[in-house]
Amino acid sequence: MADRRSFVADPVIAAHAASPLQGLKRPGEFGALTDDGPGVFLTERTGLSIGEVASWKDSEGKCRVAIRAVAGVMLNVAPGSGTAKLEINVFNFAPGRWLVAGTKPDLVAQLAGSVGEDGSVTDLSHGRVVIRIDGPKSRWVLSKLFAINFANTAFARGQGLATMHHDITALVQRVGEDAFDIHVFRSFARSFWSLLRRSSEEVGYRID
Amino acid sequence: MIITCPHCGPRDLAEFSYKGDATRTRPGTASGDLAHWNAYVYERENPAGQHREFWQHTGGCRKHLIVTRDTLTHAISHVEFPPTKAPRRSGA
Repeated sequence: MADRRSFVADPVIAAHAASPLQGLKRPGEFGALTDDGPGVFLTERTGLSIGEVASWKDSEGKCRVAIRAVAGVMLNVAPGSGTAKLEINVFNFAPGRWLVAGTKPDLVAQLAGSVGEDGSVTDLSHGRVVIRIDGPKSRWVLSKLFAINFANTAFARGQGLATMHHDITALVQRVGEDAFDIHVFRSFARSFWSLLRRSSEEVGYRID
Repeated sequence: MIITCPHCGPRDLAEFSYKGDATRTRPGTASGDLAHWNAYVYERENPAGQHREFWQHTGGCRKHLIVTRDTLTHAISHVEFPPTKAPRRSGA
């Protein structure tokens, strides 16, 4: 049988990790602020371990169990379903494919061990930037960028999906009442961050 | 045009890539039937009406789809994932 070992990169060392958004992330309040405060809050989630699990044919169920063993969260079979917790985020974004992001440095190695021969795990920790948009106007701002229904009833908490803004591929997960995590390629992060800032100007935004 | 991906739900055309006519049958790899190969590579029906097409959801789940589309109205009547097992070939 062909060698099906998964790719696991060196863990992200939070103390040394450099953000591609350096110089663009000055904390403060910007844009058309009102007395109600900022419409959205923008933050970069740093020091995350991110892995993609792709199941082989007919082993979706086994991969779901393997992810559960590592992440400690139940996974639904419905397309796009997932769970968002403080230390671990999991969601399904394509048939048989899940994104797992968490704060444990050895998360991807654990996933690779747990999934074994039932699928492949790709370590994306060094290749993605996760931007969180929160606040009462988050849906308004996101709706300007993506042709996705962000309504409370259509996009449940924990749910995730894959979409794109022009040629910038983005994975979006709802992680809170008004909070969404957007995973973009690291090389597009500065461009996307700038776009997000410009799109947030009309509602006022705060960078933490 | 909006295509309803079986996994992702209704998405804008901009997220999809056209992958060609889905009504053709590829001759078997060992086939020396030149007429069949010629038909497979070059001949297209170009129907005015219902047509089966391959599309890929490149801006989403990246799955290939078979879309039944009316070429006159762009109305999409059916979207499905292609069968995972290839159909039996004739002329092998």
